[in-house]
Amino acid sequence: MTLSAPEIRPSRRALLQVAAAAGGGLMVSFLAPIGVAAGKEEAAPKGGFAPNAFIRIDRAGKTTLVMPQVEMGQGTYTSISMILAEELDADWAQVVFEHAPPNDALYANPIFGLQVTGNSNSVRAFWTPLRKAGAGTRAILVQAAANGWGVDPATCRTEAGQVIHDASGRRVAYGALTGKAAGLKPPADPPLKDPKDFRLIGKPVHRLDTPEKVNGQAIYGIDALPEGVKFATLAQSPVVGGKVAKVDDSQALAVPGVRQVVVLDDLVAVVGDHTWAAKQGLAALNITWDDGPHAGISTTQLRERLKAASSRPGVVGKSAGDIGKALTGDVIEAAYDVPFLAHATMEPMNCTVHVTPSSCEIWVGIQVMSRAQKGAADVTGLPLDKVIVHQHLLGGGFGRRLEFDMVTSAVRIAQKVDGPVKVIWSREEDIQHDLYRPAWHDRFSARLANGKIDAWKHIITGSSVLSRWLPPAAAGGKDFDAWDSAADLPYDIPNLHVAFVREEPPGLNTGFWRGVGPAHNVFVIESFIDELAHKAGKDPIDFRMGMLDKNPRMKAALKLAAEKSGWGTPLPPRCGRGVGIQPSFASWIATVAEVEVDAEGAVKLRRVTCAVDTGIAVNPDTIAAQLQGGIIFGMTAALYGEITLENGRVQQSNFHDYRMLRMNETPPIDIHIIPSGEAPGGIGEAGTVAGMPAVANAIFAATGKRLRRLPIDRDVLAGRKQA
Amino acid sequence: MAKLMINGEVREVDAPPEMPLLWVLRDLLKLTGTKFGCGIAQCGACTVHVDGTPLRSCMLPISVLEGRSVITIEAVGATPTGRKVQQAWLDLEVVQCGYCQSGQIMSAAALLAGTPNPDDADIDAAMSGNICRCGTYVRIREAIKRAAKAV
Repeated sequence: MTLSAPEIRPSRRALLQVAAAAGGGLMVSFLAPIGVAAGKEEAAPKGGFAPNAFIRIDRAGKTTLVMPQVEMGQGTYTSISMILAEELDADWAQVVFEHAPPNDALYANPIFGLQVTGNSNSVRAFWTPLRKAGAGTRAILVQAAANGWGVDPATCRTEAGQVIHDASGRRVAYGALTGKAAGLKPPADPPLKDPKDFRLIGKPVHRLDTPEKVNGQAIYGIDALPEGVKFATLAQSPVVGGKVAKVDDSQALAVPGVRQVVVLDDLVAVVGDHTWAAKQGLAALNITWDDGPHAGISTTQLRERLKAASSRPGVVGKSAGDIGKALTGDVIEAAYDVPFLAHATMEPMNCTVHVTPSSCEIWVGIQVMSRAQKGAADVTGLPLDKVIVHQHLLGGGFGRRLEFDMVTSAVRIAQKVDGPVKVIWSREEDIQHDLYRPAWHDRFSARLANGKIDAWKHIITGSSVLSRWLPPAAAGGKDFDAWDSAADLPYDIPNLHVAFVREEPPGLNTGFWRGVGPAHNVFVIESFIDELAHKAGKDPIDFRMGMLDKNPRMKAALKLAAEKSGWGTPLPPRCGRGVGIQPSFASWIATVAEVEVDAEGAVKLRRVTCAVDTGIAVNPDTIAAQLQGGIIFGMTAALYGEITLENGRVQQSNFHDYRMLRMNETPPIDIHIIPSGEAPGGIGEAGTVAGMPAVANAIFAATGKRLRRLPIDRDVLAGRKQA
Repeated sequence: MAKLMINGEVREVDAPPEMPLLWVLRDLLKLTGTKFGCGIAQCGACTVHVDGTPLRSCMLPISVLEGRSVITIEAVGATPTGRKVQQAWLDLEVVQCGYCQSGQIMSAAALLAGTPNPDDADIDAAMSGNICRCGTYVRIREAIKRAAKAV
C-alpha cells in the first residue's frame, strides 16, 4: 500500500534525548513523529530517557546504529545507517548495526505508528526523523568539543567521526567526546545538510549485512539453536477452518528420535531430536480431518463470485469530470483477471519458542515484531514484558512475514513441550497455508477522443487486505491499497471513475504480497492502456506520452526507457517490445520488456530496460538491485504464478508446481537511475510492479494476442485455445 | 554412530543411515549455513560439495558418504574457487536476503573448479537448479564471470 509522507500528520513533536551509556559512551534516543495511519495518537513515554537508543557511540568511537526496520534483503540496514551516518558525519568504517527490540513506543515506523517493515516505506518514513537524529547528535558533539577548546561551535566542522577546528589545527574523535556530550541538551531543530554536501548518500555503498551472508555465518530465524532445543514440524488443516477429528500416532511415536506428538484443535505437530525425525514422524501419522464449511470451495467458484460482485457499485476511490456523460458512444470495454499468489520466501515459515510458566522466549525473523510479541502474550496469558522476541534476519519477507500466524502456532505447540522447540514448516505447508495475494477481477470502460483517453472507468473487485490488517486505515471501506496506482493514474484523463468492490473469498486467507495494490493495478491498467493505444492506432509510447504533460517525472522516465531500450528499432520475427509505466511508492518508473514467443507458446525474455526516478537515491546500487530482483519477482508471477483450490485445498505444493523463474530464463536487466533532488521514494516493491505489464504488452507486440489473465497461457499463444 | 568427513574433520554423529546430510549438518553439527528450502532437490539452497561435486544435501542420505569428503559453505572459502566466488559476490553486491546464497555460492564454486572460464550456457547449466526468490540472477551471472577472471 502507499501511505506516503504527505499523509503523515505528526501527532507529537520529534524528541531527541541523550544520556551517558555504560562504559562512558553516548546514547541518543529519538522519538519520531507518529503518523495517524493506525488511528491513534501516540504520547511520548513518560519518565524521561528511554534506554533503547537509535545511536550509541562508545569511547573508542564505535558507532552502533539500532535498526527499527528489519532486513529481508532490501538493503534497509545499510540505507538507514547511511542516513544516520550522513548527518552525524560518522566514520563509516566504525559503523555497526543491531536489531531493535520490539517496542512500538520507541521504534514505531512513523507512517504506520507501529513497528512494521513494509509498504516500501522504510527510507521514506525515516528519512527526515533519522537525518534530524544524526544532525542533533552531531551538534552536541561539536558543542562538547567547542566547550573544551573554548571556541565558537560555528567555527568547527566534522568529518569521519571527528570534530575539527581548522583555525587552531585541533581535532578530536567523537569517542573522546561522549562523556561531555552526554550532559548537553540537543538542539530542538538541528539544521540538516544541503544535499550537495552529502558524502555517503547518493554513492554506491557496500552493504553492511552481506559479508556474513556469503560464508554461512548469517543467522536467520530458522538457524536459531537455543540450548536444548528440540525440532518440530507440523500439519495444519488442509482446509481453512477445518479441525483435527482423530489422530493415530502409534507409528509416529515408533520412529527413532520422535519424542512427542502435539495435537491441537487445528494442527498436529511432531517433536523430535532433529528435523528429520520430526518429518518422518509426521509422515507416519494417520490424521483424520473435519474439513468444516469450506470443503467444497474451488478457484472456479471464487472467480465467478468476483465476476458477479463486480457489478456492484463499490466504494469510490476517485471521481472526476462527468463519467456518465463522457462514457457514451464508442465505448471500449475489457475485463482482466489475476490469480491468488503465494509468497514462497526461500526461508520457509518457522519459529523457535521456549515457554515456561513465567516467560515466553521467541526466536524469529519477522516484519511485525511488536505484533508477534503481543500475539504470543495473548496466547500464553503472560504480560508483554515477559515475552522476549529475538529478531533475526529474514530469508525473504515479501509481505508473508507481515503476519505472525507462524509465531502463535509455534507458541501453542511450545506450551505443550518441555524446553525450547523449533517449529519448521515444510515447503508444502508453507505454500498451502499462506495468506495469499488476492485474486482480482477488473472491469474497464473507456472512450477515446482525438487520440487520447477522454473517459476512463475502472471497477476493481477483490479482497481488502487492509481492512483486516489495519482496519482504521480502511475506515468506511476506503481501501487505498486496493486502488493504489489506479485512483492516482499518472495520465491526464478528464472524466474518470475508479471504484473498489470488496468481495472476500471464503475458505482462503489473503495478505499483502510484494508490490501490493500496484502489482495488480498497474498490470491491468497498463495492459488496457496498451489496448487503447492499439485502438487509437498509435505507438504505445507516443500514446502514453500524449497524456503525461502534467507529470514531468513520469514523462522523463518513459522517454529515457524508450531511448535506452532501442524502442522502435527492428526485431527478429516472433519478437516484440512492450512498455509499462507506474507512479507507485513515490517512484516514477518506466519499463520496456523484449520477448520472443515460439510456435509452442513458450515465452523467452530477451531483455528488460527500466528507467527510474526515485528522488534522492540513498544507495544507488541497492536501488538497481531491488529493481532487478523485483522485476524477476514480477515476471515470475506473470509467467508462472497461480494458486488454485479444489475441494477447499490448495493444489500447488512445492517449486515443481509453483514455479520460480530460474537463471536460464533470466534476461539481461538494465536499470537507469534519473538524478533527482526530490525526497526519496520507495523501491523494495517497485520492480515487482514493473515486470508484469511490460512482458504482457511485449507478448501482444510479438503475437497480436492480448492476454487478459495471468499467468500467461501458453496454449492461447500457441493457438491451441482461445483467450 | 556414523563417521563423516566434514570440512576436513572427522565427525561422529548419532544418526540413522537414511538421514539426509542437510539435517545432520544443521541440527546435529550446528552448521546452519547450509539451508533448507524445499526438501525435494528443487531449489538448491542446501547445496554442498561431495568430493568436489555439488549435491543437494536435503536428499542425500549419509549412508552414501562413507569415505567421501564433504565441504559446506562454512569452509568453501578455504578453497581457491570458493574464496574467489565469495569475493566476487561481495564486490558486485549480489546478495539480498541471502538465504539461497550459500547454495548459489557452492554451485558457482563447483562450476569454476571444473570450468575455469564458463560461458553463459555453462552458467545456465550449472546454476539453474538454484532458485533465488529475491531475483539476484543477473548479478550472480556477472559475479561468476568476475570470479573467473580474478587472479
